[in-house]
Amino acid sequence: MTNCRTHRTIEGIWTVESARIIAGVARIIQDVSIAEDLAQDTLAIALEKWPESGIPEKPGAWLMTVAKRLAINLLRRNKLRDQKYEEIGRKMEFKGKTDYDSIDEEINDDLLRLIFTTCHPVLSREARVALTLKLLCGLKTDEIAQAFLVSESTIAQRIVRAKRTLSASKVPFEVPCGLELSRRMSSVLDVIYLMFNEGYSATGGENWIRPTLCSEAIRLGRMLAEILPEEPEVHGLIALMEIQASRFKARIGPSGEPILLQDQNRALWDDLLIHRGYSALKRIEQIGGAYGPYSLQACIAACHAKARTASETDWQEISALYDALSQVAPSPIVELNRAVAISMAYGPAAGLEIVDALEDEPSLKKYHLLPAVRGDLLAKLERNEEACAEFKRAASLTQNEQERALLLKRAADYV
Amino acid sequence: MLFMLIVKASKNSEGGNRPSSELNEAMRKYNEELVKAGVRVAAKGLHPSSNGIRISYPKPGEKPVVTDGPFTETKELIAGFILIDVKSREEAIEWAMRMPDPMGHGEGQIELRQVYEAPELSEMLAKEAELREKSEKRRP
Repeated sequence: MTNCRTHRTIEGIWTVESARIIAGVARIIQDVSIAEDLAQDTLAIALEKWPESGIPEKPGAWLMTVAKRLAINLLRRNKLRDQKYEEIGRKMEFKGKTDYDSIDEEINDDLLRLIFTTCHPVLSREARVALTLKLLCGLKTDEIAQAFLVSESTIAQRIVRAKRTLSASKVPFEVPCGLELSRRMSSVLDVIYLMFNEGYSATGGENWIRPTLCSEAIRLGRMLAEILPEEPEVHGLIALMEIQASRFKARIGPSGEPILLQDQNRALWDDLLIHRGYSALKRIEQIGGAYGPYSLQACIAACHAKARTASETDWQEISALYDALSQVAPSPIVELNRAVAISMAYGPAAGLEIVDALEDEPSLKKYHLLPAVRGDLLAKLERNEEACAEFKRAASLTQNEQERALLLKRAADYV
Repeated sequence: MLFMLIVKASKNSEGGNRPSSELNEAMRKYNEELVKAGVRVAAKGLHPSSNGIRISYPKPGEKPVVTDGPFTETKELIAGFILIDVKSREEAIEWAMRMPDPMGHGEGQIELRQVYEAPELSEMLAKEAELREKSEKRRP
């Protein structure tokens, strides 16, 4: 095998193994920053040895053993040969004899500890996302920088600062339990969904790396669903992401303009992803889980996916789901969406009632979709003058040129 | 990036024989590993070609010829596939290398192929349009 080819093979192996190795080492060393360094050292050793010795039969196990040895050596050197070290050493010896299933279990636990650490609430949201992409998804600093359209040094600093915060706050490398678990769980899910949306909202073409944020988020979610199969919201999040991703091809026009759900060519929706979304929702049913915000949003997405044409959409079902969502996770944006669903199911007057109640909502003061929706409902009720004024107000609030043009055109229609 | 791991057929799979329990177990573990890593999108096994048909168009513009299975060129047939979503070609190769020998008896063969995806398709169409434009310009 040539050197170059071996290096590419190692690259492939590293993509598969790096997160597990960082996680495994972090448990021993109780510090994700040092764990990442040791994982890099391990990779360097492999890059040096394997071209000569050949790729070992179980490369993942080889890497893990070397990495853990480095960790133990470091503990020794740091004269941390205290009780903790002895305990770990003893545990490791036992593990040599255990069967593969329990090793799998252990890797799962380590990965879980890692994601709960990188998504820890002591970190800012940006820091959580950057650190998760670096340590769990194995993205390089420059790749993360490109994905967020910021400089490499900004991301590098963000990551360094995040690691420092984690060690300064003495965040333990563990899976939280009890009440803490559900709070921390929602932070993990939020980070994954934030990652997904960051990639999804990017328009196609201009930046090739942004869609990788979507795939990283989906991959992380799928992984999490296997480690935590009893958590209904994990399946809800996966379902939501899979169904949204199914519209990837249909949501952008030839010149990069966004296409609204009702105008999309449904033949371009990816059935495979839609069905993966349905089966994730089915798993919630199977485990008898409660429907949280992600699950309910996924149900709404599934409802749209089921309609072969926009006119076949079951708006009554969707408004019922929005009713439930506004109970579980009330927010002005959810209310606005609920108003649209209700107007589609029960007529514009019913929707307008909800929209009018939102008029004084401070967080929607500058939100162009509030007057845009109101204008639309007024137009349907043939209150043309008011509709025109609302479209003009919406046009003055939007930052997007294409959207502004569209709103002004609608305003002109009702003069 | 989507890749398809295509498992080629063998005398055994074409004969409709179940794989040995060891192979079954190895495959189960492999599939589990793929799912746990979040990379497996779909996986299916196919019936032997004996209940398949083949439709071919030997004369363009004329009616197709339908041939009933089984088909003889076993090595060219497909016994199943796994669709994986990975970060790079290297990663896809690594996963392919980890699949157990799917057939045994010296007959196992796995083919790894990349699947076209939306952005690539639009790139391809753009390139095509560009080529067309160029060739039209070249004409007097």
